[in-house]
Amino acid sequence: MVSEKDVAYVADLAHLELTEAERERMLRDLNSILGYIDRLNELDTSGVEPMAQVVVHGSGEAEAARRFDFAIRADELAPSLLHEAAMSNAPQTDGAFFKVPKVIER
Amino acid sequence: MNIDLLTVESTRTAIAELQFTASALVDSFYGKIRNQDPDIGAYLSLSGERAYRQAARIDELAGRGNALPPLAGVPIAVKDVINTQGVRTTAGSKILANYNPPYDATAVKRLENAGAIILGKTNCDEFAMGSSNENSGYHPVRNPRDRSRVPGGSSGGSAAVIAAGTAVASLGTDTGGSIRQPASLCGVVGLMPTYGRVSRYGLIAFASSLDKIGPFGKTVRDTALMLQVMAGRDPHDSTSAEVPVPVYSDSIGEPVTGLKIGVPGEYFGGGLDAEIRSAVEAAIEKLAEAGCEIVPISLKHTAYAIPTYYLIATAEASSNLARFDGVRYGVRAKKAKTLADMYRRTRDEGFGAEVKRRIMLGTYALSAGYYDAYYLKAQRVRTLIARDFDEAFAKVDAIVTPTTPTPAFRLGEKIDDPLAMYLADIFTVTASLAGIPGLSVPCGNTKEGLPIGLQVLGKHFDEATVLRVGHVVEHAMAASATGN
Repeated sequence: MVSEKDVAYVADLAHLELTEAERERMLRDLNSILGYIDRLNELDTSGVEPMAQVVVHGSGEAEAARRFDFAIRADELAPSLLHEAAMSNAPQTDGAFFKVPKVIER
Repeated sequence: MNIDLLTVESTRTAIAELQFTASALVDSFYGKIRNQDPDIGAYLSLSGERAYRQAARIDELAGRGNALPPLAGVPIAVKDVINTQGVRTTAGSKILANYNPPYDATAVKRLENAGAIILGKTNCDEFAMGSSNENSGYHPVRNPRDRSRVPGGSSGGSAAVIAAGTAVASLGTDTGGSIRQPASLCGVVGLMPTYGRVSRYGLIAFASSLDKIGPFGKTVRDTALMLQVMAGRDPHDSTSAEVPVPVYSDSIGEPVTGLKIGVPGEYFGGGLDAEIRSAVEAAIEKLAEAGCEIVPISLKHTAYAIPTYYLIATAEASSNLARFDGVRYGVRAKKAKTLADMYRRTRDEGFGAEVKRRIMLGTYALSAGYYDAYYLKAQRVRTLIARDFDEAFAKVDAIVTPTTPTPAFRLGEKIDDPLAMYLADIFTVTASLAGIPGLSVPCGNTKEGLPIGLQVLGKHFDEATVLRVGHVVEHAMAASATGN
């Protein structure tokens, strides 16, 4: 069971504040969803490899490596997004950098 | 010109033969959008300047009698989670209300290079999280077939524009069913390609091990023609696969004699609507008449797919959505005194309820003490689900199921019950987890006139067989509609 304390802790990890009403609702929803998710414990998964990516499932290590070959490229300079374009959506900028509120409180 | 009847090929042919210009066609579509879309809500932004510029380019080619590219003059709509340079891209979220992408997604670029005309961006559930389009940060979409009902989600707008005839084809994304489920609910064709078939460069990420870009169209052939120009390796997306791209339209209309079609018993249980069951069974009968061999199969971990999906997808989402912090793009909350305060306020104000719920669930599943019990457990069950398909595809060439357990539900019906909403994806999440391709093709209507979809699943990178089987069903439906 998720507690109010868990909700506060996880919200903090996720950089969310949440209103009092949102926290109450979150507690209820998370417990309902996690209750349903508990059915995964019906399955014995000892000895089953976790699957993180589609391309490597169900194959040996050698085959997996071969299938990822295409993802490796030479480390060469190539054009990328221009600085001006990358900054064009910034909420606040001095032209060179992104500006943010104070990071360290004195 | 009757724009409602246009397909990809008939549009291109009409423009090549100078029956009408691409510019006039764009006028007609914008006219129809102005008249009809306010009641449906499928578009979030229109890209008129870009559309007319592209139309002029096509008209110039056609006027000179030059050969036209494969999608010349085809008016399309693009889901708003896919970047379009210079055209606002919100992901259906308030947090990106002012986002103007500095680059195009590869899929968009390839469609435009092939002559397609982008009319605008379509509404969707916020960050593609939802099954009804009601989680849009802007407004819901109404199902053109029954406006009291949802179009499905998360690509609800992209399905609705096809059903309403306000685009000839469109792009959606599918993470757990977000192309196939709305296609089914709106009575159109939707194709989720194999994981890695279409580059995701420029797609605003939701769950990176599951996200795919794919097309919607009126016909199976239209989705094949759209896929054709998008498919293939893109150096900008390291997960895009270097697997040869066949000519998809060649497989459409090829005989299916002797093709083995698996029918998994797990998809025909108690929760399935009776009218959907009989329509799907009738479609399977048509496949048998066309010469397919129908093989009963078992996908025994099907019941565990929803909990597995909602752990993996939310865990990945909690990580992907960490980038929305008000620093580099998007809407920043005002009045924050410190950086940490600015992050929290920006995310509190910018994200909607479902997005917060998923970030919380995913963060919880990844947090110290719960990682093994939830996230790692889900990844192990994912292996079991993928193995179910591997075993099935050792015996059959394709699998058919209903796309959804019920037809389109009413607006508001499930919005207060997240779990009930998640279960709308029960027949689509399995293929998403396995990374295999899936198509939803209309296979009838309920007595009330609500569309029913048949889902066709195939082996990794075997979209050709999926399209071939889908086309047989489409052809049989058309024949029975005209009494032949």
